[in-house]
Amino acid sequence: MYVVNARILMFGWEFPPHHSGGLGVACQGITKALAERGFEVLFVMPKKLDVSSPYARFLFADEHVYVTVRALDSVLTPYLTSRNYPKGRAGSIYGHDLFEEVMRYASLGGEIAKEEQFDIIYAHDWLAFGAGIEAKKATGKPLIVHVHATEYDRCGGMQGINEQVFEIEQRGMREADRVIAVSEYTKGIIVREYGIPAAKVFVVYNGIDESTTPKGDSTRKMRSLRQDGYKIVLFLGRLTLQKGPDYLLRAAKRVLERNPKVFFVISGAGDMEEHVMRMAAELGIAGNVIFTGFLSGDDRHEMYTAADVFVMPSVSEPFGISPLEAMKLGVPVIVTKQSGVAEVVRNALKMDFWDTDEMAAKILAVVGYPALGATLSFHGKNEAERLTWQRAGEKIEFLVAELVH
Amino acid sequence: MKSVCFYFQVHQPYRVKRYGVFDIGSDSEYFNDRSEGDLNNRRIIEKVARKSYIPATKLLLTLLERHPELSVSFSFSGVALEQLERHVPEALDLFKRAVDTGRVEILGETYYHSLAFFYAPAEFERQVAAHRDIIRRIFGVRPRVFRNTELSYRNDLAAWADREGYLGVLAEGWDPVLGWRSPNFVYKPIGATNAKLLLKNYRLSDDIAFRFSSREWSEWPLTSEKFSQWVGAAEGDTVNLFMDYETFGEHQWEDTGIFPFLEKLPEELLKIPDVQFHTPSEVIRAHDVKDEIDMPHIVTWADTDRDLTAWVGNPMQNAAIAALYTLEHEVMLANDGRILEDWRKLQTSDHFYYMCTKWSDDGDVHAYFSPYESPYDAYIAYMNALSDLRLRLEKRRTRT
Repeated sequence: MYVVNARILMFGWEFPPHHSGGLGVACQGITKALAERGFEVLFVMPKKLDVSSPYARFLFADEHVYVTVRALDSVLTPYLTSRNYPKGRAGSIYGHDLFEEVMRYASLGGEIAKEEQFDIIYAHDWLAFGAGIEAKKATGKPLIVHVHATEYDRCGGMQGINEQVFEIEQRGMREADRVIAVSEYTKGIIVREYGIPAAKVFVVYNGIDESTTPKGDSTRKMRSLRQDGYKIVLFLGRLTLQKGPDYLLRAAKRVLERNPKVFFVISGAGDMEEHVMRMAAELGIAGNVIFTGFLSGDDRHEMYTAADVFVMPSVSEPFGISPLEAMKLGVPVIVTKQSGVAEVVRNALKMDFWDTDEMAAKILAVVGYPALGATLSFHGKNEAERLTWQRAGEKIEFLVAELVH
Repeated sequence: MKSVCFYFQVHQPYRVKRYGVFDIGSDSEYFNDRSEGDLNNRRIIEKVARKSYIPATKLLLTLLERHPELSVSFSFSGVALEQLERHVPEALDLFKRAVDTGRVEILGETYYHSLAFFYAPAEFERQVAAHRDIIRRIFGVRPRVFRNTELSYRNDLAAWADREGYLGVLAEGWDPVLGWRSPNFVYKPIGATNAKLLLKNYRLSDDIAFRFSSREWSEWPLTSEKFSQWVGAAEGDTVNLFMDYETFGEHQWEDTGIFPFLEKLPEELLKIPDVQFHTPSEVIRAHDVKDEIDMPHIVTWADTDRDLTAWVGNPMQNAAIAALYTLEHEVMLANDGRILEDWRKLQTSDHFYYMCTKWSDDGDVHAYFSPYESPYDAYIAYMNALSDLRLRLEKRRTRT
């Protein structure tokens, strides 16, 4: 039974252009897809932001689609890795504030819920779970939590996880009526590590569409490298343990032993930045590794289109939207099997993150056999076209309909 | 009189192992996977023989004995015979016994189950000759009817077979080519004086080979009685039932009831008035030519396109086959038996099939069987092996 025009009170943490990771992009994609399916989405953010152009576009008032970004007056803190969470370390920049922020967001979530009319509550990731739970307490409305990433992923395993974060995540999933996981891989973690019954965990894969595909001018800076016959291997993501840039560098070493005409471009920032730079030097491959820092917008698009192959060497990746961005732009993609996206795409090369020899072999194959890249590019692009947020929206609609009577 | 003509294909390739880029230059064994997986050629031939070749041929021997009217035909690739000879002599003995009845015809093909006819005509002829030799050595017979790899056919194949003195060639009875005509007659191929053309009745053949166990099929379960009635109802001089021999026990597992179906089939077919079992050369002798058939473009028995696009339809496949046949001249000059044999084993059509990406992005379940994780992995292993072969050729050249 489909409930048209049900109203969703949605708690998020970031939303483009005010975002630093895949979470914001996903929230945007989901919100848009649900709005298009006739839902009214009341998107709550922890901080008052300029309701600038993206939000104005998303209001869709003239199209009878209602999405409002309701802002709380607080400090927005970026999407973090566990290393930045408080562990009693001195000099932690965000730590103390972040948890305070999450708590405050939670209590305000309850307040907002009392004031607003809606049918269902929807919370994205642990930062917003508290708000979702409070809203449920205040109104008794059903709660869906959408798990985009877990503490397990951010730490690349259970070692060194932040207990406090883990508990918030676990409580959110327990209190929720439905848990949405971005992949079977993530569902496995939720069931195994968080002890959530599999029966209430549903997999909804992320998508990609025009609004979430990087756009920009074609290549500028990288063109000269390519003209010299160099191939470009691209990493684009946060430089953290979870994303496995160190594994890519180990593979790079092997690649360069066989084929010195390859450049590795490492795009992104993060707490491992220094470590991987030092590692490149220690491996003796610094001359073939370029660090660009964090890229967005045009630069991000340029990097994608300059690349001969995109590698996502993640150690634990709940989904991984960047390979889809690359595929959509016709770039051949290599991903680890420890990722959700590996479940959904056929036209990508896959291996285990620890198998750096195989990673190297696959990179060498793409740069060495042009027909491989051409075929991956052609089919990958077509495949990415089909992996839309609309598909995700359809599935979420089904789950919502079950809860809203 | 109506002929029922069975032709069973027996073929197993030498699959290329997961040959890595770091193996190039240091490992010249491409086909020696020893894992528990589906790239272990010995393991596969033993499995297929156990599930299919041995039980099916034992049953066939019983049926040949039970029904003196029964006759069938086989085509064996040379690479399948080699592997059987080495790893499953029991299966080969059963085949020999069947041929010894005098009621099993063996067809001609390329030793390496290759697409050489379309890419390297001289090499094609060498492979046909090699195949003729192994058939003579093992079975003591000479093929009189030809079928090309994957039933691929074009007018010039008939012209070649005609020159070589074959009685006929087999091809797919594909509607867009036949138009209003039925596959159930003997035809004259354009460009041939004597050689005839026999066409596969793909509907009835695929009822057994593909649809037999499909529960979504409205005719499931298929019984020998029902199938024989369909054959009886078919208009024409002959019903040509061409299929992979692995249909019996491997593609259709034993628990689908395929063996009891096969067991009852001859007696049910013989209940149809005026039906006779004929081998391809018997069909050609028994019936007059109905019409002339023109196939200027390649037709195969593959998927819904019936062309070569499952083998050479994407850039990887085209690059691979081009890289392979570019080496022909050099391989011949090298005069090195090992290199020649590896190059030829790399010609087997299955390698290219494993690289097929048709419909790989439309969300449907991939219908192409492959022992590799993906078409891309198949291509990488193949190209790496070919790179090593090229290196061996270079070494050989600089030595002499």
